[in-house]
Amino acid sequence: MKKVAVVGVGETKFSGPQDMTEVELFAEAAMEAITESNLKPKDIKALFVGNALGDFAEGQGMVQSLAAENIGCLYVPATRYEGACASASMAIRDACMWVASGYYDIVLAGGVERAATMGTGLATRTFAMFSDSRYEYPAGITFPAVFAMLTHLYADTYKIPLQKLREQMARVSIQSYKHGSVNPRAQFYGKNADMTVEKVLGSFVVSTPLTLHDCCPFSDGAAAVVLASEEVASKLTGKPVYVTGTGQSSCGPLGNQSDYLPRIRAREISSQRAYEMAGVKPQDIDLCELHDCFSIASLIAAESLGFFDYGTAGEAWEKGEADIGGKTAVNPSGGLKSKGHPIGATGAGQVYEVVRQLRGEVEPERQVPDAKIGMTDTLGGDGGTLVNMIFERGW
Amino acid sequence: MEHKLIFKDYNEALKQNKLLGLKCRACGAITVPPKIVCRQCASPDMDVIELKGSGKIRTFTTVFVASEGREDEVPYTIVMVELDDGPWIMGNLEGIDPKEASMELVGKKVKMGHKVFPGDKYSAGEGARPLFSLVN
Ligand SMILES: [Zn+2]
Repeated sequence: MKKVAVVGVGETKFSGPQDMTEVELFAEAAMEAITESNLKPKDIKALFVGNALGDFAEGQGMVQSLAAENIGCLYVPATRYEGACASASMAIRDACMWVASGYYDIVLAGGVERAATMGTGLATRTFAMFSDSRYEYPAGITFPAVFAMLTHLYADTYKIPLQKLREQMARVSIQSYKHGSVNPRAQFYGKNADMTVEKVLGSFVVSTPLTLHDCCPFSDGAAAVVLASEEVASKLTGKPVYVTGTGQSSCGPLGNQSDYLPRIRAREISSQRAYEMAGVKPQDIDLCELHDCFSIASLIAAESLGFFDYGTAGEAWEKGEADIGGKTAVNPSGGLKSKGHPIGATGAGQVYEVVRQLRGEVEPERQVPDAKIGMTDTLGGDGGTLVNMIFERGW
Repeated sequence: MEHKLIFKDYNEALKQNKLLGLKCRACGAITVPPKIVCRQCASPDMDVIELKGSGKIRTFTTVFVASEGREDEVPYTIVMVELDDGPWIMGNLEGIDPKEASMELVGKKVKMGHKVFPGDKYSAGEGARPLFSLVN
């Protein structure tokens, strides 16, 4: 397999409801990535686009083909990926494989979503479509409810008093708000930097014990990256970021994961594949953009990825070990909690952040010093799809 | 290859308060909800059996923000129950005040009834779910 590099990245601001169409959002992110790569649309050989719910958000299917034509990538193959919140990461991973195979030398991958445009009722309904429609939805499952149940299970499994766990989870949200407040592309840019444990615990209850501030927002947004072979990358940029490891794994309904819960087994398998392929270990990762759709999700993810022992991630957050300057800097972008979660674009947004961190290009307050190896972690559904990718500086 | 048990028949049985599952002839594991192969060993060689529907609560939540079309149901409590037969299944809990649901529920024994979700424009029809209640 050939080495694959990210040669350019682009991203819209992640936001609440806004007026641009999904095609327009994706086009802005894509053109930023293509322009940054010193390329033209005609250089792109294929598109790989994550989009989970465009059909519901604006009655638009097959957004990938319309987006390709919109940006002047005419008559090239364009493929849509749907893996709930992991859609864009699936797209990027597959795009990597096409370049690694040697079949294409330059491709565009990313994703787009207008989850906020749908409003809370429809967004809650459609997000629940990623649970089992026959054996889970009749009970009224929602996405917060999945992670709310994992919270109670986590407390019971590791014998942590629920109140103590909730305070640890609040620290996750506070850290994410802090970094997102200085990220101009974050949904909560300039907001919530003064969040306190009391405010998190005292906010509106969504699904016990999760409050509003334990939950990521619904978001609109798009992100895209240009991938190129090593040979092409060397001509385009002095700072290629190599994709050195990837993994993907699938799983069935939540109940069928009972042998491992609250651990997400698909994540353990996915991340192990990525580590093995890259030849690195969890302690080598300087920063990780991980899937913090809910505060508890950060603890579960950080443990499955091998950053902290099972049942101890809450303590790690309290001690600052998951912050910049700690063992592994988690979500310096603000993560899904504060940067936002336009689900079909989220994984591409994570890659955007990791690449810019490795290049040393983000705001000084949230730059991980001398970051050399970064990782992404994206979860779709209630563990149904997991994608992990590892990125390393090529200079 | 044909299924031994599909959703339609599982659902019809659940509406009679009968929980159907599949017992694997190869490894003995019980699979519920139904699948075409055993959840443990992937063998398709399974027999349909009726489970007792009794078990204990492993986790729970009370939902305050509902999906479109189900706003009138909140607050309601969802539970994951570990059946005496092994598998975990999702259902609702009745006979308690959902607002008072707490960690004390974890480990409590339950028995099973059912309640039908009548369906919405996305759901391709109705679907019953287990409706559990605490066993004193
Ligand atoms: Zn078996």
